[in-house]
Amino acid sequence: MKSLQQPILCTVLIDPKLALNLNLSQWDLLIRQARSANLLARLGYLLESAGLLNQLPAKALAHIMSAQVYADRFYIALQWEISCIQEALHSLNTPLVLLKGSAYFMAGNIAAYGRLFSDVDILVPEDKLPRVEDALIKAGWMTNTIDPYDQKYYRQWMHEIPPLRHLKRHTSIDVHHNILPKTTRFYPDANKLLANSVNISNDNIWILAPEDRVLHGAMHLFHEGEFTQGLRDLSDLDLLLKEFSTLANFWEKLLLRSNELQQQIPLFYALRYSHKILQTPIPESVLTASKQCINTTLMDALFLRALLPDHDSCNDKWTGLARNLLFIRSHYLKMPIYLMVPHLIRKTYRRVIGKELH
Amino acid sequence: MKLETLSKKTIVGALKGDGLRFNVGGFNVCLSSSVPAVAEHLLSLYGAFDVLDNAAFIDFYTALEPPSKLRRYFRPQVNFSFDGYFFFKPLPYKQASAMFEWGLNWCIASHSHQYLIIHAAVVERNGQAFIFPGTPGSGKSTLCAALVSRGWRLLSDEMTLLSVNDGCIYPLPRPISLKNRSIDVIQDFAPDTVMGSIVKNTLKGSIGHVRPPDNSVAQYDTPAQAAKLIFPKYDKGSNTVLTSLSKSRALLKVTENCFNYNVLGFKGFNSLSNLINASDCYEFKYSNLEEAVNLFTELAH
Repeated sequence: MKSLQQPILCTVLIDPKLALNLNLSQWDLLIRQARSANLLARLGYLLESAGLLNQLPAKALAHIMSAQVYADRFYIALQWEISCIQEALHSLNTPLVLLKGSAYFMAGNIAAYGRLFSDVDILVPEDKLPRVEDALIKAGWMTNTIDPYDQKYYRQWMHEIPPLRHLKRHTSIDVHHNILPKTTRFYPDANKLLANSVNISNDNIWILAPEDRVLHGAMHLFHEGEFTQGLRDLSDLDLLLKEFSTLANFWEKLLLRSNELQQQIPLFYALRYSHKILQTPIPESVLTASKQCINTTLMDALFLRALLPDHDSCNDKWTGLARNLLFIRSHYLKMPIYLMVPHLIRKTYRRVIGKELH
Repeated sequence: MKLETLSKKTIVGALKGDGLRFNVGGFNVCLSSSVPAVAEHLLSLYGAFDVLDNAAFIDFYTALEPPSKLRRYFRPQVNFSFDGYFFFKPLPYKQASAMFEWGLNWCIASHSHQYLIIHAAVVERNGQAFIFPGTPGSGKSTLCAALVSRGWRLLSDEMTLLSVNDGCIYPLPRPISLKNRSIDVIQDFAPDTVMGSIVKNTLKGSIGHVRPPDNSVAQYDTPAQAAKLIFPKYDKGSNTVLTSLSKSRALLKVTENCFNYNVLGFKGFNSLSNLINASDCYEFKYSNLEEAVNLFTELAH
């Protein structure tokens, strides 16, 4: 293990031109870090848009091209999947709000490039949930989680119904009625998100407004318990912020909206760490205005480790502890103690007796 | 520098230390392992491959290690990892060398979409590459080992790497993997064949690996052009029968034998169409290896 320093991957994400200074073994490390962070295709895209692909060593280029071929295929499958969901829900006359990766993709955001994921996330009004679920089941999706406890837990406490999986295509969809679990301390009002969403086709496809898209990314990442894709999610925020910073009054809207949705803390973290780790250009006044009363010495020690690629070359001796503490923090944020203790006892018991494998 | 010029001590030391770096076809591999059978496997089968220095770009960092020291005495196991990540369940410790071959197959098949990868043996003679796609029981590896023992150049036993950029077939002259009865068949057919130790009781039965010829290894960066696409079928007691196959049927059949056809989309379809347009396509039934080898040698004139 080495001492904590800026990983080559972050250096190149900040300024792709610096890749041209790398020797072969540094390229080797860059590719490994990018692969472990699920950022290899995005790295390829950033190098390509900087016009650098033809100057890469052949060995490194092969890995990047391979990842890009895979990503290109993924976009075709994603487009098809979205059209199937759209078709399945068409007759309901309810807005279908795509979230995260699918939203970036449909909006044509730069953050969609090289972003590979396994589930399509959608948001629908809570009162439409039974009809949406019914329509999806009729169109071939099936629930994965058959355990009655999990079913009840999802429906009672979560912000989504148990994930559905398509019988033939084996694709997954997460149907949300909110973007954080009901048990979270600062739980946003989903109606405000829906009211602010934007229609992007003549049909029933909607996405969150730009400032809400950033806030959703921030909420998700900074309530997260596992950071295997932490840098990827931070890079999404970096790219969204760079892209939206040219919109009129974007920063003011973002700050205002974080108050309305009670998400000042996740926004503070998002701006702080994308600025610190990926040097996202954020106006000084916005960084100051987003400040919260938080012990940054402790949180820096945790996030500046956990948000690096999950690769041996990026770990120091504290990384494991930082990730574990953040895992506990995530449960603490998302569940009050009186729910968490019985839940964890039950889960541990079932794992011990071998009823659950995860 | 060739791997076989290193002493066993050096190889074991590198495997136990930062890893042994060597070239396998167009791929650079770094392998760490404390398992003695892995060192033996490399020494007997990978001797003709080049060892690389620390400045080289490594494509795949791999390791084969027991999951826990506690299990050293009770049903010992071994794990394959790719750059610190575990994608497979552990296998019995004695299968470590076979697990290296399977693990490396997976590394290549999952991360090399610059190629359309066909599950097929491919050998070359007089500048003509013969591709033998393999369904279980087809005997592709047996045919491949037999042809190679008679001087054909080994391009690959398991994966045919068809470049989507230039349509050439790129060599991957790794050991040929023989299963069960094929091991004896090849030892009888070509007694000079160098084989590593036989790994027993795997999911596929007993496995023996044949050392690739030094000549084939030396030509690892010389691609070849496809000439024949032949679907073999071993049929006990049958005559040697070569039947012409229409190009359209051949295309359909070969897509079923690709690892990443669905990933490549249009590129995959175009590459396969070009391959098939440039090749004569056949179905082939055989039981006598000698006749099979003679027939193909004639066909390659």
